[in-house]
Amino acid sequence: MTVSKIWVFAEAADGKVSNTTLEMLAKARELADTVECVSTAGNDVAAVVGANGATAVHNVPGVDGKLAGPAVAGAIAAAVQAGSGPDAIFLATSYDGRDVAGRLSVKLDAPVITNVVDIAERDGSLAGVEPIFGGTTNVVTKFTASTPDIFLIRPKSFAAEETGGGAAAVSDLSVPDLGATGAAVVTNRFVEEQTGPSLDDADVVVSGGRGLGESDSFDMVEQLAKSLGAAPGASRAIVDAGWVPYSYQVGQTGKVVKPNVYIAAGISGATQHLVGMKGSKHIIAINKDPEAPIFSVADLGIVGDVHKVLPKLIEALQNR
Amino acid sequence: MNVVVCVKQIPDPADPGALDPESKTLVRSGKLILDESDSYGVEMALQLVDAAGGGEVTLVSMAPNDEQSGLRTALAMGAAKAVLVSDDALKGSDALTTAKVLAKAIGRAGDADLVLTATESSDGYTGTVPEMVAEILGLPSVTFAKSITVDGSAVKVQRQTEAGYDDVECPLPAVVSVTAGVVEPRYPSFKGIMAAKSKPLDQVTVADLGLEAGQVGWAGAGQEIIEVSEAEAREAGTIVEDDGEGFQKVVDFLAELKVI
Repeated sequence: MTVSKIWVFAEAADGKVSNTTLEMLAKARELADTVECVSTAGNDVAAVVGANGATAVHNVPGVDGKLAGPAVAGAIAAAVQAGSGPDAIFLATSYDGRDVAGRLSVKLDAPVITNVVDIAERDGSLAGVEPIFGGTTNVVTKFTASTPDIFLIRPKSFAAEETGGGAAAVSDLSVPDLGATGAAVVTNRFVEEQTGPSLDDADVVVSGGRGLGESDSFDMVEQLAKSLGAAPGASRAIVDAGWVPYSYQVGQTGKVVKPNVYIAAGISGATQHLVGMKGSKHIIAINKDPEAPIFSVADLGIVGDVHKVLPKLIEALQNR
Repeated sequence: MNVVVCVKQIPDPADPGALDPESKTLVRSGKLILDESDSYGVEMALQLVDAAGGGEVTLVSMAPNDEQSGLRTALAMGAAKAVLVSDDALKGSDALTTAKVLAKAIGRAGDADLVLTATESSDGYTGTVPEMVAEILGLPSVTFAKSITVDGSAVKVQRQTEAGYDDVECPLPAVVSVTAGVVEPRYPSFKGIMAAKSKPLDQVTVADLGLEAGQVGWAGAGQEIIEVSEAEAREAGTIVEDDGEGFQKVVDFLAELKVI
């Protein structure tokens, strides 16, 4: 093994452990003798992370109704400074994962390697592989100092794999006084209604972009998605323009998707977007501009107006 | 109310990026522009100061080669003044060093009630700098804000989550990162552009901020790039012109994949 101990920041929502947590656990097991988790919901995650190879859960207490960043970073930093920390820490590129990583980086005066899609071994230590320029180039970065290696890992970088292990043993980490940094309070939680499959799990994703011309045309994307049992998605351009909520966004800033089939309608394929979808198994692109970068990753490209192609496509599918 | 906005000046994202073969950092020799992600924070700051009925918006930026054009754009939108840190010693700085420099520059900008940032830059996109700045300054923070209101000495934020959003309340001063697209950034008026030319821009070096050259840039980065390689390219696909029957090609392909 390359290192002796890796901690994975385990995230859960409504008691369900995130997929990215399980993916990171699978990779960590390949690299370390001991794999353990840090979580704000230790008892909720213990069984599932145990079944995926974690032997212990370090619970960070008292985060209910607070943001995770300051407390989790404070608890991990205290453990590291007391000599009981790991060699490396894996966190997801998620809302809370980035918060924890940023605060922890300052507390340990240690850098973070971000946007990691693979962990490589170089000269007996861990190195992060990060795609740049829309995934056309890979950069491998390693740490130069011997503080714990902090990696922010992109979703869907690894395949999760159960080990069938028993529930991980839960114990509390101690949280130091957070002072003003812990003062933010969550007063309410809102769940946005979602119908149909989610971007994360869908077998087929249909996304729309600026080529749709106006926000009403996004209906065509919704209809096509519905007729295929697919999840609707969007490029950053139309999220920024306010046509659809941020939760639809596929790309560097939004969701990373790897469905069986990805259909890009009126999306030019900016780097920002390609990073989030080029791992899809099959890609179909419909765009007016034959020079659009989306065609460089498409298995099937239709050079044409989405306003002409989509209605016929929807009709043909509904008539089947 | 005084709001400081951290903004980045970046190479135009429409231009193809390149790495310097020696330093393996992004080539930034061309003209830089205001990162579009930051225009939302600037707009949000202007609206909050307006709603508070007083105060001003100050910009803070770190950039090579004395670059000012992106800052002038944000000044033309209505920001009152700017602090620019430009120093050859900063070349190769990582996110943590960037946060240390920005935190010092925020201190130099004066007493801020609120510090706004984007959620991530469009060129480096580590998405960690806002939390790092907050931690260095010892402040609470709320990331991924889709709306912000100030109520007396507290800020109320709707924060993006996987499932929807959370209402978060946080006492001031605080750091808040603003999600792109949540406000409509104003276009600078002609009057604004003319006024921006004479607005105060405090250009400083690393030494002016009380930092040593050895703490920043390559020397301060605890990480190094050891390999750069081409990623595996996808096999070229079939590209056809729509002749009115293009939809049929899609139907056939979906049938072949047994999706329908």
